[in-house]
Amino acid sequence: MEKSIDLINTRIRDGNARVVTAEEMPAIVDELGEQGALAEVDVVTTGTFGAMCSSGAFFNFGHSDPPIRMERVWLNDVEAYAGIAAVDAYLGATQQSETRGDRYGGAHVLEDLVAGNTIELRALSKGTDCYPRTTLKTEITLEDLNQAVMCNPRNSYQCYAAATNSSDRALSTYMGSLLPHHGNVSFSGAGVLSPLANDPGLRVIGSGTPIFLCGAEGMVIGEGTQSSPATGFGTLMVRGEMRGMSPEFLRAATFTGYGATLYVGLGVPIPVIDLGVVRSTAVRDEDITTSIVDYGVPARDRPVVRTATYAELRSGKIEIAGEDVRTSSLSSFRKAREVAAALADRVRTGKMGLALPIRRIDATRRVHPLRETQRTPRVRDIMQRAVPHIGKDEEIATAARTLLKGETNHLPVLDAEGKLVGIVTTYDISKAVVQPKSGKKVSDIMTRRVIRTMPDEAVDVAARKLEQHNISALPVVDGDGRLIGLLSAIDLGKLFGGRWRR
Amino acid sequence: MKLLVTFSRKGGREPVIARTVKETGVLINVERANIDSMAGEVLVDVPDTDADLVCRKMRETGASVRILEESVLRDVDECIDCGACISICPQDVFSFDGEWRLVLDGSRCVLCGKCIPACPHHALSLLS
Repeated sequence: MEKSIDLINTRIRDGNARVVTAEEMPAIVDELGEQGALAEVDVVTTGTFGAMCSSGAFFNFGHSDPPIRMERVWLNDVEAYAGIAAVDAYLGATQQSETRGDRYGGAHVLEDLVAGNTIELRALSKGTDCYPRTTLKTEITLEDLNQAVMCNPRNSYQCYAAATNSSDRALSTYMGSLLPHHGNVSFSGAGVLSPLANDPGLRVIGSGTPIFLCGAEGMVIGEGTQSSPATGFGTLMVRGEMRGMSPEFLRAATFTGYGATLYVGLGVPIPVIDLGVVRSTAVRDEDITTSIVDYGVPARDRPVVRTATYAELRSGKIEIAGEDVRTSSLSSFRKAREVAAALADRVRTGKMGLALPIRRIDATRRVHPLRETQRTPRVRDIMQRAVPHIGKDEEIATAARTLLKGETNHLPVLDAEGKLVGIVTTYDISKAVVQPKSGKKVSDIMTRRVIRTMPDEAVDVAARKLEQHNISALPVVDGDGRLIGLLSAIDLGKLFGGRWRR
Repeated sequence: MKLLVTFSRKGGREPVIARTVKETGVLINVERANIDSMAGEVLVDVPDTDADLVCRKMRETGASVRILEESVLRDVDECIDCGACISICPQDVFSFDGEWRLVLDGSRCVLCGKCIPACPHHALSLLS
């Protein structure tokens, strides 16, 4: 049996469509069976409410007198992209205020507009014969704009990789605060309520699908940027009129150490047209699996610590390496429920009809990394290879002589097998001279917790280590911990002028 | 019950906590301590029934003690119930109720402030 979209829309118009949320659907399918659920349910509403950095809005401000061709535009000191005709601009959610730092950004301007607050608009131009004006400053509200169209290139990730941190330093990321030594796990996504998790094959969600966007009626434009449905990470590009949006479903936020972002409330109503839709909307948190990746490794392809279902993530704790680790969500499940419920109410009362995609999104697409034509410098490209070093059982005086002879300030300390076990600096030696009681051997005065690097590590990552630990050199070790070089702040100078390219 | 104990080094170097534990037999849990060369401030947790006894003994040793009733404050208009704070808090102050609303158990809070920068919506703050 199949059900036509026209039949579903007729039932919606007549006010007798059976509309349920994606959270209610699995139990209905259990109770009535797939055929029964198909006959009973007309629409399944989904919802998500989380940080969606790839969001923003197009504005048309209207023409001033005398007119200006706005080349640069600021809204409350947040710059918008104005390279689109004379009085249009696009404001991105993550753009930061030029005066208020990361506490205020594009997302906050969008929230202020939707809340009805007044925004200061500033613009600059070189002036032309047709647009003579060069500067403009005025105050506007959402009502004053000709158009304010939210247009989000990448929203509503099907699911999202969760984050943990194996390093010994707390990290501030777009996945929130990550405590050291796998101290917590942070995740995002609405799981059972996630729009694309309820249609992973992109059979009924595509170009033209009507949606709920931040309280207003919006539409799916098509495939979102970076969409990768073939790997379980599909995204949507969406639009919606900002007039009609509500601060209930649109909130600016700041991730400390990262910057501004926008929490977007987005819901897609799914028409139950066939058994395929019944099956895909019967998905539960237990069926949706994501990876927990280690943000302690500062590379694009971060290692996966383990996989987990949304049911496990939402339970509040998860096991990593034999220990219970607490989990935190960055998206709000309560608000996702509100979105799905508000959307269900809208469909149930006939305010919103459904449509099948005008054009389907290719579900076989997968994302590729950036093609980099310039090799990024690695530690091995600029490190010093012949490095003076010393054994841990040597006398301090020997260390002092080695430092002098090598004209260096850092002396890696090795054990009998050549493995790095410490480091002594000229400062440590000076201190030992002033306080002779501290010992006679190198191992008595060396620093044992050595911050180190590997030859394959990107120089940018190694340089961040120098900065974060306020040190000036890093011993370079191989996979077995054997010393093979030293990277000092001085070596970073080799990056200038391309001298590192061999 | 949380007690905020402050003492000055000018009055001598009394082992305030150790002496109180030894003489009252009450097990004191130190939640947070900030001690420098001149003064110290220690936040301790004691069983409610022993609070009077502990306060009296500490005051005898020269410390000043007050019962700490404050906890981190949550702005319910800003909070969206995401739960980012839950795994950050060392004291398990935050949790979800059955409806995925965030609940805050202020009696557990030791005012460490770790949750404040972790909240994406700036909904958490300490008393001014």
